[in-house]
Amino acid sequence: MSRGALLVLADGRFPAGGHAHSGGAEAAVRAGRVTGAASLEDFCRGRLHTTGLVSAALAAAAALGADPVELDAAADARTPSPALRTASRKLGRQLTRAARAAWPSGELDALSERFPKGAHQPVVLGVTARAAGLAPVDAAYCAVYESVSGPASATVRLLGLDPFGATGVLARLAPETDRVAEAAVRAAERAAGEGTDALPAASAPLLEISAQAHAGWDVRLFAT
Amino acid sequence: MHLDHAASHDGPAAVGADAHRPDGARRALRIGLGGPVGSGKTATVAALCRVLRDDVSLAVVTNDIYTREDAEFLLRAAVLPPERIAAVETGACPHTAIRDDISANLEAVEDLEDQVGPLDLILVESGGDNLTATFSRGLVDAQIFVIDVAGGDDIPRKGGPGVTTADLLVVNKTDLAPYVGSDLTRMAADARAQRPRLPVILQSLREEDGVGAVADWVRARLAAWTA
Ligand SMILES: Nc1nc2c(ncn2[C@@H]2O[C@H](COP(=O)(O)OP(=O)(O)O)[C@@H](O)[C@H]2O)c(=O)[nH]1
Ligand SMILES: [Mg+2]
Repeated sequence: MSRGALLVLADGRFPAGGHAHSGGAEAAVRAGRVTGAASLEDFCRGRLHTTGLVSAALAAAAALGADPVELDAAADARTPSPALRTASRKLGRQLTRAARAAWPSGELDALSERFPKGAHQPVVLGVTARAAGLAPVDAAYCAVYESVSGPASATVRLLGLDPFGATGVLARLAPETDRVAEAAVRAAERAAGEGTDALPAASAPLLEISAQAHAGWDVRLFAT
Repeated sequence: MHLDHAASHDGPAAVGADAHRPDGARRALRIGLGGPVGSGKTATVAALCRVLRDDVSLAVVTNDIYTREDAEFLLRAAVLPPERIAAVETGACPHTAIRDDISANLEAVEDLEDQVGPLDLILVESGGDNLTATFSRGLVDAQIFVIDVAGGDDIPRKGGPGVTTADLLVVNKTDLAPYVGSDLTRMAADARAQRPRLPVILQSLREEDGVGAVADWVRARLAAWTA
């Protein structure tokens, strides 16, 4: 694996659309569930073990070489909210564009042809990791980290939260991020033998419900 | 690994600045409109649509900061059919969506070409930002920076990337100059000093054919694009 390529892919400035998404933080802030660093940490921990784990396992499975079409269907089944499904496909399409420019590969071309409007973002992330010469565990790390870094930076903008406080949250969650990434890779390896049903399906109903409500707001800063 | 550029023509274009569509046809000319909030970008877009729509196939992408207000204004004003107006959400950072991470905007322009094309022209309006916000060359082929008389007559003198590097600088709302005490002669002179080789247009959209000079500039860019 190339540690350099991993840094490029994991960089929050990688131009794949993530900046317009809060990962549910905007809805949680409005509902008064996230009000500062401590509640942001709880919120992010919840995401790590639900959407973070599921995304990471999908990404790791795609990086292992599982069929992207099957993984995409598995991602659909694990994303009840139509708003989140749409967002995930949009982000997948945006990532496909950036990835094809960064790491041209036949697999990315094929994915883009099969899903012209975008496959689910974690699936694209895994295929991107392959194109970049990265391992499944790298893809898992990118997915888990994204699941918390997005809400943390969004909360800085939404609440005027001290940016050092937000970064401290991410640093404190790092050991848990490690454990989730490792669990995701184990699940992806199981799925290689047993099929996509072996992938985790940990859900966060409140995130799904509030994403639906958020999509209907007239005035919002973030797309999700 | 095939790193050659031909690879980007299988499937959707991978490179934003590519002048051709995946089927090999030349894509629409894309012109960005940037500048501070309230300077008259949406009003200019609306006026351009009214003047150009009869002989140019065009569409608009808006980048609102926290609503779909610009898109909805254009829809209400009925300057174009709804399917020719697309709104991009920018996540509290309008300049990021037009400069640092243009992926959502590229998808919007490509979808418009797929759905209502062939198009000659796509106008991309920025959500409105500070004086440093400019469009990426990967997103637009030319950009118009719109400031207004009421925002203070020292803006041209202060410069900044929008004022100094945009392909066209528009100083809008000249009708308000007497009321806000702005010195139009000085604004024009300062603007020309900041951009000696680039054009400046002073306009008032309150006047009959107020957008005429800007529309002529757009037509000239279109002629050069299709030549
Ligand atoms: N007096 C005057 N008002 C204008 C002119 N152009 C735009 N406006 C008004 O300025 C306000 C802001 O314009 P808008 O196009 O929404 O600005 P944007 O934020 O740059 O898109 C609106 O109320 C317009 O009607 C002009 O030339 N003269
Ligand atoms: Mg506007």
